[in-house]
Amino acid sequence: MAKQRRLEKYSSWIVLAAILVIWELICRVFHVSDFIFPAPSAILVSLRQYAGPITQHALQTFWSTMAGFALGVAVGMLLGFLVGSSRLMYTALYPLMVGFNSIPKSAFVPVLVVWFGIGTVPAVLTAFVICFFPITVNVATGLATIEPELEDVLRALGANRMDVLIKVGLPRSMPYFFASLKVAITLAFVGSVVSETIAANEGIGYLMMSAGSQMRMPLVFAGLIVISIMAMAMYAVFAVLERRMTGWATRGMDARA
Amino acid sequence: MADAFVEVDDVDLAYDEVSGNAIEDVSLSMQEHEFIAMVGPSGCGKSTFMKLCSGLRRPNKGHVTVEGRDVSGPLKIVGMAFQNATLLPWRTTLDNVLLPLEIVQPYRSNFKQKREEYAERAKALLRSVGLDGYEDRFPWELSGGMQQRVSICRALVHEPKLLLLDEPFASLDAFTREELWCILRDLWMLKRFTVVLVTHDLREATFLADTVYVMSKRPGKILAKRSIDLPRPRELEVTYSDKFAGIVLELREHIGRIRKA
Repeated sequence: MAKQRRLEKYSSWIVLAAILVIWELICRVFHVSDFIFPAPSAILVSLRQYAGPITQHALQTFWSTMAGFALGVAVGMLLGFLVGSSRLMYTALYPLMVGFNSIPKSAFVPVLVVWFGIGTVPAVLTAFVICFFPITVNVATGLATIEPELEDVLRALGANRMDVLIKVGLPRSMPYFFASLKVAITLAFVGSVVSETIAANEGIGYLMMSAGSQMRMPLVFAGLIVISIMAMAMYAVFAVLERRMTGWATRGMDARA
Repeated sequence: MADAFVEVDDVDLAYDEVSGNAIEDVSLSMQEHEFIAMVGPSGCGKSTFMKLCSGLRRPNKGHVTVEGRDVSGPLKIVGMAFQNATLLPWRTTLDNVLLPLEIVQPYRSNFKQKREEYAERAKALLRSVGLDGYEDRFPWELSGGMQQRVSICRALVHEPKLLLLDEPFASLDAFTREELWCILRDLWMLKRFTVVLVTHDLREATFLADTVYVMSKRPGKILAKRSIDLPRPRELEVTYSDKFAGIVLELREHIGRIRKA
């Protein structure tokens, strides 16, 4: 049993290691060129060689993403609150929001560039527009699904709409909210990097773009890996936060396990 | 009767124009401290009747008066419990019971200062329903019967004059249900609030109530009124007596006639 559980715990690392080994082997056995598909070892070399610039660009991307994400959380919660607490707002705003959300956000970047010029601002804004929607939908869902009986209990005592929202609606929507943060943070990274590849002279997206145009594929892959590590780390942070804040929603399973 | 606690006078209520009246021509009066039960087939407007009593809905026709005043909005002197316990999963048992005190006046304005005192009161209430030591547990850690007991405590913590129960024991097993009958009986004997119990269970109605009203199919009308003259206090044994069985049978015949009609 203990062995089985240990295997389970490390299983994702084992899979990752296996993939890296197979990847390396394929590249070596078939003599795949670094210009086409660099081996993990070549990527590692590149990561070490350009550690300074990579860190600098990664930090740029990280802070753009976090700024866009913070905006997204603020606006997403506010909109979710509006849409979820009033039927009129829901009917009025929801179709518009769905329409807006179905625009590919990369198509939006050129517009942002015209408005704000090349650089950090379009990256922040792209991260923002791509990540607020899931937060809005989730908060609204949490608010809109209050049991009618519970509302009756409170209304009969003279509670107003605000009381019901604050005592029941908001706490109820918290699990939805934290679940959406995990989705939103990874989306925010997508947004900022896409914007940087199109129009920036800083950030991981820009680094990959310029490395690609110089056929330095190991560096491009190094960029990919750095983004994925950053996004995964932030995902983990919000997963922990979710468990801490809304353990009751998972029936305290995590707390006890 | 001028001194009735709740007076329902020739009341119609429709939720919207399409679906017609949910209840029609309903008249009844309740004395203070009376325990009444409403029985009838599903969808007969029993829950609608509860909404009228609590002031959540106003009648389309007729009047509802409570304590001599026309009901025109939420009454704040009622406590409610439903078939689902509807406890808040992020609050402990104690905090769930305290919820009404955070809403209703006069408790609301001094809730922060007097929290200790109110917590003591809630704990005493929980003790009286046999939930001593469960104050800090979360609802999902309790059995269905325990959750329902918490729900009843929540309905009673602000010492309402009128307790409205909408099939509160319907989702419990038979033994737990009988246990909770006795708990409700004891609470009622002690605090003497007025109770409206909506139920499908004729034995439950007969065991607990002073007066049982039988309602018809939608649109709900009151078809029969039966006073239960079994002496109090009633023990569970009484439910096996001939007299009890006779009353239940009589009520059952009313229901049977409705279903055939």
